[in-house]
Amino acid sequence: MKFQHYLERISGIQIFPFISLLIFVCFFVGVSYWAFKIHKSKIKEYENIPFN
Amino acid sequence: MHTEVFYYDNKFPKYFAIATIVWGVIGMLVGVIAAFQMVFPVLNFSEYFPYLSFGRLRPVHTNAVIFAFVGNGIFTAIYYSIPRLLKTEMWSKRLSALHFWGWQLIIVLAALTLLAGFTTGKEYAELEWPIDILITIIWVIFGFNMFGTILTRRERHLYVAIWFFIASWVTVAILHITNSMELPVSLFKSYSVYAGVQDALVQWWYGHNAVAFFLTTPYLGLMYYFLPKAADRPVYSYRLSIVHFWSIIFIYIWAGPHHLLYTALPEWAQSLGTVFSIMLILPSWGGMLNGLFTLRGAWDRVREDPILKFMVVAVTCYGMATFEGPMMSLKNVNAISHYSDWTIAHVHIGALGWNGFLTFGMLYWLFPKMFNTTLYSRKLASTHFWIGTLGIVLYAIPMYWSAFRSYFMMKSFTPTGQLEYQFMDIVQTIVPFYFIRAIGGTLFLAGVIIMIYNLWKTAQEGKFIESERAEAAPLTKQYVAPAGSLWHSIIERKPLMLLTFSLIVVSIGGIVEIVPTFLIKENIPQLTSVKPYTPLELQGRDIYIREGCYTCHSQMIRPFRYEISRYGEYSKAGEFVYDHPYQWGSKRTGPDLARIGGKYSDAWHFNHMLDPQSMSPGSIMPAYPHLFETEIIKSTTISKIHAMRRLGVPYAEGYESQCIKDMEIQADKISNNLLKENKIEIKSESEIIALIAYLQRLGTDIKLKK
Repeated sequence: MKFQHYLERISGIQIFPFISLLIFVCFFVGVSYWAFKIHKSKIKEYENIPFN
Repeated sequence: MHTEVFYYDNKFPKYFAIATIVWGVIGMLVGVIAAFQMVFPVLNFSEYFPYLSFGRLRPVHTNAVIFAFVGNGIFTAIYYSIPRLLKTEMWSKRLSALHFWGWQLIIVLAALTLLAGFTTGKEYAELEWPIDILITIIWVIFGFNMFGTILTRRERHLYVAIWFFIASWVTVAILHITNSMELPVSLFKSYSVYAGVQDALVQWWYGHNAVAFFLTTPYLGLMYYFLPKAADRPVYSYRLSIVHFWSIIFIYIWAGPHHLLYTALPEWAQSLGTVFSIMLILPSWGGMLNGLFTLRGAWDRVREDPILKFMVVAVTCYGMATFEGPMMSLKNVNAISHYSDWTIAHVHIGALGWNGFLTFGMLYWLFPKMFNTTLYSRKLASTHFWIGTLGIVLYAIPMYWSAFRSYFMMKSFTPTGQLEYQFMDIVQTIVPFYFIRAIGGTLFLAGVIIMIYNLWKTAQEGKFIESERAEAAPLTKQYVAPAGSLWHSIIERKPLMLLTFSLIVVSIGGIVEIVPTFLIKENIPQLTSVKPYTPLELQGRDIYIREGCYTCHSQMIRPFRYEISRYGEYSKAGEFVYDHPYQWGSKRTGPDLARIGGKYSDAWHFNHMLDPQSMSPGSIMPAYPHLFETEIIKSTTISKIHAMRRLGVPYAEGYESQCIKDMEIQADKISNNLLKENKIEIKSESEIIALIAYLQRLGTDIKLKK
């Protein structure tokens, strides 16, 4: 009677969350890498935009 | 270098700021009235008219605060900050005017239609289809104006606040359109195209992300502009703000199913919602710390500057709410918090603390700037701050207390295995907490009134600067990126690419969650005993939706011993396949109604709707005398049946010609029964008969025989 029993008919549904997590981790690592590679002078310039 | 002269417009930021204040007062006032209604049911004024009953007022409160108060707050921030961050004017004054007046028109229409009972019955998306279309049009106009401004900028790099605005714009558009898919039946009546489990999932994907992309991300943009301005120092870490942006928009969208734990939603979707909710702590706290650390070295100023005080408490409330939210997504915690006043406390920490205080901080900063003067009274602003803070405390603490108290009472059994407390016992013990909460809300509103006086005097003492002269060099057409720049620097200076990437990022979560649930649509258990509603029940259901019964009653029994003992067998997904829209609810001020059918007699419901306290002494439910006067418009049944069939409800072909007759037969049976057994005389055309028919049907399809 429970709903999830019917979901089992989609093959490999349980892999969805794992793929999602993987996508996120890769994405997060990429963004963090990029964020910390920006040159200091650029960061200084960007963060001061509201004051220019 | 050649520079160009241009003017920053202050007229529309001022307009939006005034609208923020006006709608803020109205939205909060409605909230205060609704809070007192829960203590004194007489304040529903049911004897005189149906328009002010809690079920109709509550959607006005939520919609007004979210879309009118916070909405106009967002636009104030955007219309003020974007031109200055991009060194250009807003793209089109005409579009600005259309946006401003269009949005205010939507708000007025929303308030009137909701009070009149025109509602889709989906929380925070109650507005009917013509208004939904109007919202879409105005949102697109706003988008054109914003992107036009971005594309004609004189500053190449898009400051991080603008990223938040762009992502919010695109995501709200997707959420609104997806969740508002409805089939019109008449000018102000429609049915959600989704039913039951799907409708619930789409609704909470929307509801959760309305919090995320309307109440949070645009306000983070606001924070990243106005907090550094008020503190007069750049944001603590610009690098952190970049990581904050991408991770928060990526993760937020996944967390919607945490609103549906222990319901009939698939287990894997519930778990996914929980996992991503926990992960959400990281970017949320990254943003919060970035905000607080911006004040490094300026904490001495926080003691004296009311603007910074408001902002610090706002960011702290954001931190509290974004820690609390993930905790509430843990299933064991959610078992306590869901359907309880805990959720109400949680959202008000966010709405009053984060949105409210950040808005006030922005307004106190903005008015002196726009009127070229200083704030009329810092002392009054400080008084506002302390009254507001006390208001939040008095609001939240009783709600937490009430939530735990009711939870322990709900799950308490006697040694012989009987439920120890009746639902009414629990209601009566928490009414005093509702009273303190209402006082807290009143204090918060009183603070806003003080602010209005202060800003009014500030405006009077200064002179409004309608436009500010500025000059900047135009962007060179042939831009060569400096050597060694990374891929992301391309996105940063290409707004449409940023828009596209944001769209992709927010879509991933939505697709992974929603698509599988729709793919299995054909496989949803077609319980043979679950049949479509009869025409009379369908009419009754529409009355249930119109009166906002879902604002206090759930229709979803969770698989807990104490719920099953109290309400009956737990709810199954297959029971809701014909529910356009679903009516699971999110708060139980009254008991669950999923299996109310057959529990009481028709006469009980009749008397209860006429005078709830006569049947349930101590009840805080409003009376519904108008249901006894008003008659059902029978002719609407035909279009309703037709619409339902188009949505997949298996009414026989041509049943339209038969449905009114069937409705009359069922209604006559109920009214004759009332007359025969209880000597109650009532016309079979009365709305109450249809409502009784609906209530008596609820949960009976698979009700276990005792």
